[in-house]
Amino acid sequence: MAKRVVVNRYRCAYCGACVAVCKFNANELVETFLVIDEEKCNGCGICVKVCPMNALEVVS
Amino acid sequence: MNYDVVVIGAGPGGSLAAKTCAERGLSVLLVEKRQEIGAPVRCAEGIGKKDLQKFVEVDKKFIAAEVVGAKIYAPDGTEITLTEEMAGNEVGYVLERKIFDRHLARLAAKAGADVIVKTTAIGMERTKDSVKVKLRRMGEEFEVGCKIVIGADGVESRVGKWAGIDTTLKLNEIESCVQYLMTGIDFDPEYCHFWFGSNIAPGGYVWLFPKGNNSANVGIGVMPSLAKRSPKEYLDEFVERNYSNGKIVEVVAGAVPVKGEIETAVADNVMLVGDAARHADPITGGGIANAMKAGYYAGIVAAEAIQKGDCSAKTLRRYDELWKNDFGKDLARKRKLQQKLIKMDDETLNKIMHTLANCKLEEISVKAMIKELIKRHPKLLWDLKDLFL
Ligand SMILES: Cc1cc2nc3c(=O)[nH]c(=O)nc-3n(C[C@H](O)[C@H](O)[C@H](O)COP(=O)(O)OP(=O)(O)OC[C@H]3O[C@@H](n4cnc5c(N)ncnc54)[C@H](O)[C@@H]3O)c2cc1C
Ligand code: SF4
Ligand code: SF4
Repeated sequence: MAKRVVVNRYRCAYCGACVAVCKFNANELVETFLVIDEEKCNGCGICVKVCPMNALEVVS
Repeated sequence: MNYDVVVIGAGPGGSLAAKTCAERGLSVLLVEKRQEIGAPVRCAEGIGKKDLQKFVEVDKKFIAAEVVGAKIYAPDGTEITLTEEMAGNEVGYVLERKIFDRHLARLAAKAGADVIVKTTAIGMERTKDSVKVKLRRMGEEFEVGCKIVIGADGVESRVGKWAGIDTTLKLNEIESCVQYLMTGIDFDPEYCHFWFGSNIAPGGYVWLFPKGNNSANVGIGVMPSLAKRSPKEYLDEFVERNYSNGKIVEVVAGAVPVKGEIETAVADNVMLVGDAARHADPITGGGIANAMKAGYYAGIVAAEAIQKGDCSAKTLRRYDELWKNDFGKDLARKRKLQQKLIKMDDETLNKIMHTLANCKLEEISVKAMIKELIKRHPKLLWDLKDLFL
């Protein structure tokens, strides 16, 4: 299966770092939570490296 | 619904932009996606006194603490003390941003701006000389028409991308940050404190900013391209080593753009301000003051353009001129300096700090420090001499 990134909502602190580095516009900080667009995310993992809270993980 | 200007994001940049537009007689809508302006906080809350006074009447209710200077610690513990005058007024107040951000939004409202919260801008569409901004409020979508969009949507900005300005940050153009509000810890409350070192905070630093009553913002920023672990892990280590008795009463996460000056913050009918335009300082990570300046300039240019009846990129380019002349060049210089500093090992950093600790500088601005260092260690920073001397 294709790779994509998932967020651990219990860890995410709603900061926007991951959104700032995603060139595929695959994630969005909605009013109070982070959503990842499975269609757009290719699992490149860039956002995983920037997340201050270790809340993101690439899965396949 | 139609407005002259829609401002997206009610941080310091957006509120100043909305206020300035309203004061110049424009109809303006300030849109904020969060349900509470200013919360959750994503900031260490330090600002220079002069910078703050330029734009607001200082009110005790949003000042958490005042400091007289900064203390910087080298990897080997060598300490340098910068007094406020020496630091060129880079330090001074520690804000309470939850209150401060709301105060600024209120000033915008008072000047005549409409404000809506819990409403996200999700897209925009440009027609001949107007823009339709798509908004989503509590699950319902609607549109607002305007002549100019001011994107003040912070580090996670989308407005630039919608307008064709690619603001995506690379892993060496961002600082990934975590901060704890700690109480019951011992520190000198007269100063802001900064720790450097590749084991402490690769590509960044640890800070402690006093917030009154034995409490402080203790935080870290690291550059993801250099960090081996997440900033939280580095910060936990630092806290364990230095303030293990303290209590953590708030956790803050965030990111600061440290890309330096971008080519343009302008497109047809669109201006970007503050973190959205990557206006934060690549060395200090401070971005409140520049966001407010940029918001102010964008407001002025919006009023000029609308009066002229021409909101094309060509006219709005005046805004680029204003922010670049004010602080753009400084951002470019600091980015070059940052690129140098992050390559230095701890031994070199120690050497630099020893030099600075031992020399009597009349003014310890970044510029004065660099000047002195180039004189004493020409090899180290030689290629920066044209920028700083
Ligand atoms: C940990 C940390 C410590 C910092 N410490 C300092 C410091 O000590 N001193 C300093 O000067 N600076 C500091 N900064 C930087 C400073 O916080 C920012 O530079 C400053 O907040 C930028 O202001 P702004 O108005 O551009 O953006 P922000 O304050 O980020 O405001 C942007 C707003 O836009 C909203 N928004 C985003 N997208 C949308 C949308 N689509 N629709 C509607 N609303 C939207 C957001 O919710 C947010 O409220 C720090 C940053 C971090 C992360
Ligand atoms: S894994 Fe890559 S594409 Fe997916 S959200 Fe993260 S940065 Fe974007
Ligand atoms: S970077 Fe991490 S903490 Fe920040 S919004 Fe993304 S997932 Fe959440």
